[in-house]
Amino acid sequence: MQSASDLINKDNKATILLMGLRRCGKSSICKVVFHNMQPLDTLYLESTSKPTKEEFKSLIDLAVMELPGQLNFFEPSNFYDSEKLFSSIGALVYVIDSQDEYLNALTNVSMIVEYAYRINPKIHIEVLIHKIDGLSEDFRMDTQRDIMQRVGDELLDLGLEGVQVSFYLTSIFDHSIYEAFSRIIQKLIFELPALENLLDLLIQYNKFEKIFLFDINSKIYVATDSSPVDIQTYEVCAEFIDVTIDLDGLYETGAEKLLLEDKNNKPIKCISKLKNGTILYLHQMIRGLALVALVRIDNGDTSNLSQKEIDDNVKTQLSIIDHNVCVFKKSLEKMWESSRIK
Amino acid sequence: MAVSSSSSRKKLLLMGRSGSGKSSMRSIIFSNYSAFDTRRLGATMDVEHSNLRFLNNMTLNLWDCGGQDVFIENFLNTSTNQPNSNNNIFKKCEVLIHVFDVESKEVTKDIEIFQRVLKNLNQFSPQCKVFILLHKMDLIQISKRNELFQIMFTKLQEIATPFNFNITGFATSIWDESLYKAWSSIVCSLIPNISVYEKQLLSFNNVLNAKEIILFEKTTFLVISSTNNSLKNSSDSSNDLDPKRFEKISNIIKTYKQSVNKVRTNFTSLILNGLTSSIYLDVLNDNMYIMIIMDHQDNINDDNLVLENVKIFSKLFQ
Repeated sequence: MQSASDLINKDNKATILLMGLRRCGKSSICKVVFHNMQPLDTLYLESTSKPTKEEFKSLIDLAVMELPGQLNFFEPSNFYDSEKLFSSIGALVYVIDSQDEYLNALTNVSMIVEYAYRINPKIHIEVLIHKIDGLSEDFRMDTQRDIMQRVGDELLDLGLEGVQVSFYLTSIFDHSIYEAFSRIIQKLIFELPALENLLDLLIQYNKFEKIFLFDINSKIYVATDSSPVDIQTYEVCAEFIDVTIDLDGLYETGAEKLLLEDKNNKPIKCISKLKNGTILYLHQMIRGLALVALVRIDNGDTSNLSQKEIDDNVKTQLSIIDHNVCVFKKSLEKMWESSRIK
Repeated sequence: MAVSSSSSRKKLLLMGRSGSGKSSMRSIIFSNYSAFDTRRLGATMDVEHSNLRFLNNMTLNLWDCGGQDVFIENFLNTSTNQPNSNNNIFKKCEVLIHVFDVESKEVTKDIEIFQRVLKNLNQFSPQCKVFILLHKMDLIQISKRNELFQIMFTKLQEIATPFNFNITGFATSIWDESLYKAWSSIVCSLIPNISVYEKQLLSFNNVLNAKEIILFEKTTFLVISSTNNSLKNSSDSSNDLDPKRFEKISNIIKTYKQSVNKVRTNFTSLILNGLTSSIYLDVLNDNMYIMIIMDHQDNINDDNLVLENVKIFSKLFQ
């Protein structure tokens, strides 16, 4: 039975299922990450009554499904067939409200995990310890430790030692939710190791400090090079996309928008020099992706060079980077073509 | 000597009742606060002075006056009882910025205070320019904003006419770009040689044939001057552009500046090759940034060519 349902999902659609008790913040997460809603506006969201499914086109076609929290999941329901549902998803994201009493949620999560794991052992199980913006710094670690401990114990009691559960501390008021979703989505991308390899190669031949491959709409990064992610760098890069898109949008007129789909259009490119000698570099890729990188241009010994020579040096370096990024883009296109045939 | 120093020193009074958002505005425009950060600001005690250098030779002397009734009474009484005392804040004023909270419960009292302030100004600095800001507009439904502003503005104008003041009004909010528009026009009204900038920009644009060129002040990113190519060529093509674009750019760049601050640095330039136009943002001189928007269609775009032109042009502004 399992293999049969696996076949149905061979159309390369990764689905994320978002679950949690009522009022734990599932819809807010969806709205903030995928619809660019302001975090404060999510206070006025109605409670979700039906399972909702939304699809996003990015490098992979992603679908996020949200289940209403008040639903008793073990009751037979008209809305969905739980067995079919769990066998068709790639990741199960369970949201726990860390500001509330969470013992109920912990029992709930272990029951769901047990059920889901039995149907689909390949499922990725992710737990978001959510709304941590209200907790003090020390308390966050305590809460995380407590929840991890309890979930581990519960799963042990149910006889599920082998299940991998990942935990994330998240809040919609900072970038932690994007970071968590980036990690979750990366697990679903089949081509990820190849992508990371390509990015590492790109770093090796240029003076990049850090490269991200961003999804422009959601600011989720689908891949990055193998150096550790510094949250500040991520934030700057993510906000740089906003700057680029907003500025460009101001001088766009209605008639020209039609050209957007045209393949012969030049890709959007944005370069910004910073005072400390680094450069922010953005280059539009395929399928709503953008490559954003932090470049450090090292002039070596600048003392005996004139300002003009330094400028020229920067220009040469940027052209080399441009060339290499174009090569990267072509390989990305090729990779995409071959993965589609599958 | 004394004359020149006093003429480059501009005194701005920022007044309004308590809680109307005066200090928030000042912090966003001049101290790089984000709108969110302004929650931490407490009440202003008495008067808070800040000296801001603006465009090299101009100093803005901003008097942020606390808005509690005690302080306001104090300001008004000292000026009437001891007209020559040093505490008289109404002396030698260039600009009055009076802030009204749209959500205020005591509108009549707000207006009464405005009237008394004008009376004092009329006595001590009759040449003062008066700006009113109807603040916290984000709390009003979009459909009602314009109407409300018109009603309030007509009322305030009636009050100002007996004192021979011509007032300019803006509807503002710290959560969108309207704040930049208001402050841009306030500050521009103080720049003496603004026509020189305009003339030079126009001649520069004749060389470059850009879609638009905008000059910004460096620290505040307020718009100083701009020239638009399509305006002089034909009237209809300029209508496509967003009329609020200047404020939006100020807002975008200010946000960008803050985000770059997270890696403890600042930015010097930005080149954007977009879908339909290329945008160049670069330092012009010590206190100005220039932004050039070039169209893709009718000219060969060479980034270096544009940047060299900017370099040459910047010599005019040294």
